Amino acid sequence: MTTTPAVDISKKTPPTSESRGYTLGELMVASAAREIHDGEIAFVGMRLPLLAFVVAKKTHAPNAVGLFENGVIRATPASELIYTMADPANILGATQCLDMMGVMSLLQSGRVHLGFLGAAEVDRFGNLNSTEVRGPKGVVRLPGSGGACDIASLAQRFVVLLEHRKQRLPERVSYITSPGNGDGRGWRKRVRLPRGGPSAVITTKAVLRFADDGEAYLASLHPGVELDDVLADTGWRLRVGDSMVSTAEPTAAELKAIRDYDKDGFWTK
Amino acid sequence: MSKLLTMRAAIAELVQDGANVALGLQLEQMIPFAAGHEIIRQKKRDLTLIGPISDILFDQLIGAGCAKEIVAAWVGNVMMGSAYNFRRAVEQDGMKVFTLTNFTVALALQAGAMGVPFLPTRTALGSDITRGNHFFHHILSPFEAKEPLWAVRALNPDVTIVHVQRADREGNAHCWGNFGVMVEGVRAGKRVIVVAEQIVEPEVITSDPNRTVIPGFLVNAVVECPYGAHPSPVQGYYKRDDAAFRQYHEHTKTKADSDAWLERWVNGVEDRRAYMNQLGGCRVEELGVKRHAYAAQTDYGY
Repeated sequence: MTTTPAVDISKKTPPTSESRGYTLGELMVASAAREIHDGEIAFVGMRLPLLAFVVAKKTHAPNAVGLFENGVIRATPASELIYTMADPANILGATQCLDMMGVMSLLQSGRVHLGFLGAAEVDRFGNLNSTEVRGPKGVVRLPGSGGACDIASLAQRFVVLLEHRKQRLPERVSYITSPGNGDGRGWRKRVRLPRGGPSAVITTKAVLRFADDGEAYLASLHPGVELDDVLADTGWRLRVGDSMVSTAEPTAAELKAIRDYDKDGFWTK
Repeated sequence: MSKLLTMRAAIAELVQDGANVALGLQLEQMIPFAAGHEIIRQKKRDLTLIGPISDILFDQLIGAGCAKEIVAAWVGNVMMGSAYNFRRAVEQDGMKVFTLTNFTVALALQAGAMGVPFLPTRTALGSDITRGNHFFHHILSPFEAKEPLWAVRALNPDVTIVHVQRADREGNAHCWGNFGVMVEGVRAGKRVIVVAEQIVEPEVITSDPNRTVIPGFLVNAVVECPYGAHPSPVQGYYKRDDAAFRQYHEHTKTKADSDAWLERWVNGVEDRRAYMNQLGGCRVEELGVKRHAYAAQTDYGY
């Protein structure tokens, strides 16, 4: 990753769901699903990742296992759309239903490959803020960490999903709820986090990944999105990967898995 | 000895003003809404609310003026996002929030349950959550050189309130579904209220001891309260009322709207039966189990 081109403010008309044949939500879910490798143990307990787990299981990762903070472990996706990890459909057919301490112990001991997180803000080094942000009328209090800080601290890697807006991608978050790479290279080791760190940030415009120095770079642009648009909508001078590509579009199988499940598009419209 | 009480009596006797109350310990499942609503009707004040996440129940207690401070990892409306009374209380009224993470809530309650002052963890190293937060203290492992850890302070709630499928009159309780931090919370609690969909004979409990999550000797009151967890789900009894969570989100955006919601659904109804009548037979029918799914038989014989 080398240059940061000058920002061009002229913009083309962005593509629509109709012209693409899929929604941004569907593209994000398919991208998230591909972050789950076959046979991996993954924390998938919220929003779009609930769907990403379904897609991964039905396509390329039939042997993945889903962990949920409420204590549920599943080898199969729930049979119908769920809004929370504790919906009865997520209990029926689970492999195990016990407690939070059990799944968090697996996380702390290094047995969990990846976890998915959302946040209000993610910064240049992949640190997440889901506690409080400054809005036009003062401080806005957000719901908080939940298990996000635990997953960011203890999973072998984590993946973030969020809307691509400048305010949500500041150079540095004002509050680190969930630790990414801190201030760069070697930070996680210095604060004695046992492992892990961010591996991807999937936004509504692009996918960012992280270099050895702990800083994010642009790894792929979603189809139809202009590079300048992404750079202008990021709160720091985002580096562009040497081998930047176009984000792979959802396949027919992925779209079918998403639409069979999220029939009314609650999560992906 | 029977510990059966009405909800009104259980809350009146066991939840004092100023108490630390743990509730909603099974995360989005089996949230004791009926108990929370009775706390609101009895105008309990200055409570410290303790839980891992709270899917709108803390927001209701905050909106009703019952809460002084919060000890939690997440407070909101899980399917919809933010909860407005919580936001108003923190942003405008400066309500104190001790922010933990899900894991550290579990550790704090487990330390309380074990009778030790803290438990160590590697989570949240480098996180701002621990800053100025008296639940965290930086320690070094006594067994390895320079191994920093967080000591998470023990929590012993004055009252722990849980909802289960069935219990006997002494409080021996069966629960199935996800437990979250309920078992730790019950063991850590100084007093425990068990709210059950059904009261059963002791033989039902002892027929399946692996399903017993609470031994009755920890329990101070048992309340029979069908639909006591609505709008959250109870496995095998009723599903989640997603529409209710959506409507709550829409109807509590302002303080005046929230007051109206509390008047209609909490203060304006006498008890859970009246609440369910107001919800309406069709809705209740719709939430009921449509297809039973029984587990394989378990043979305890020898």
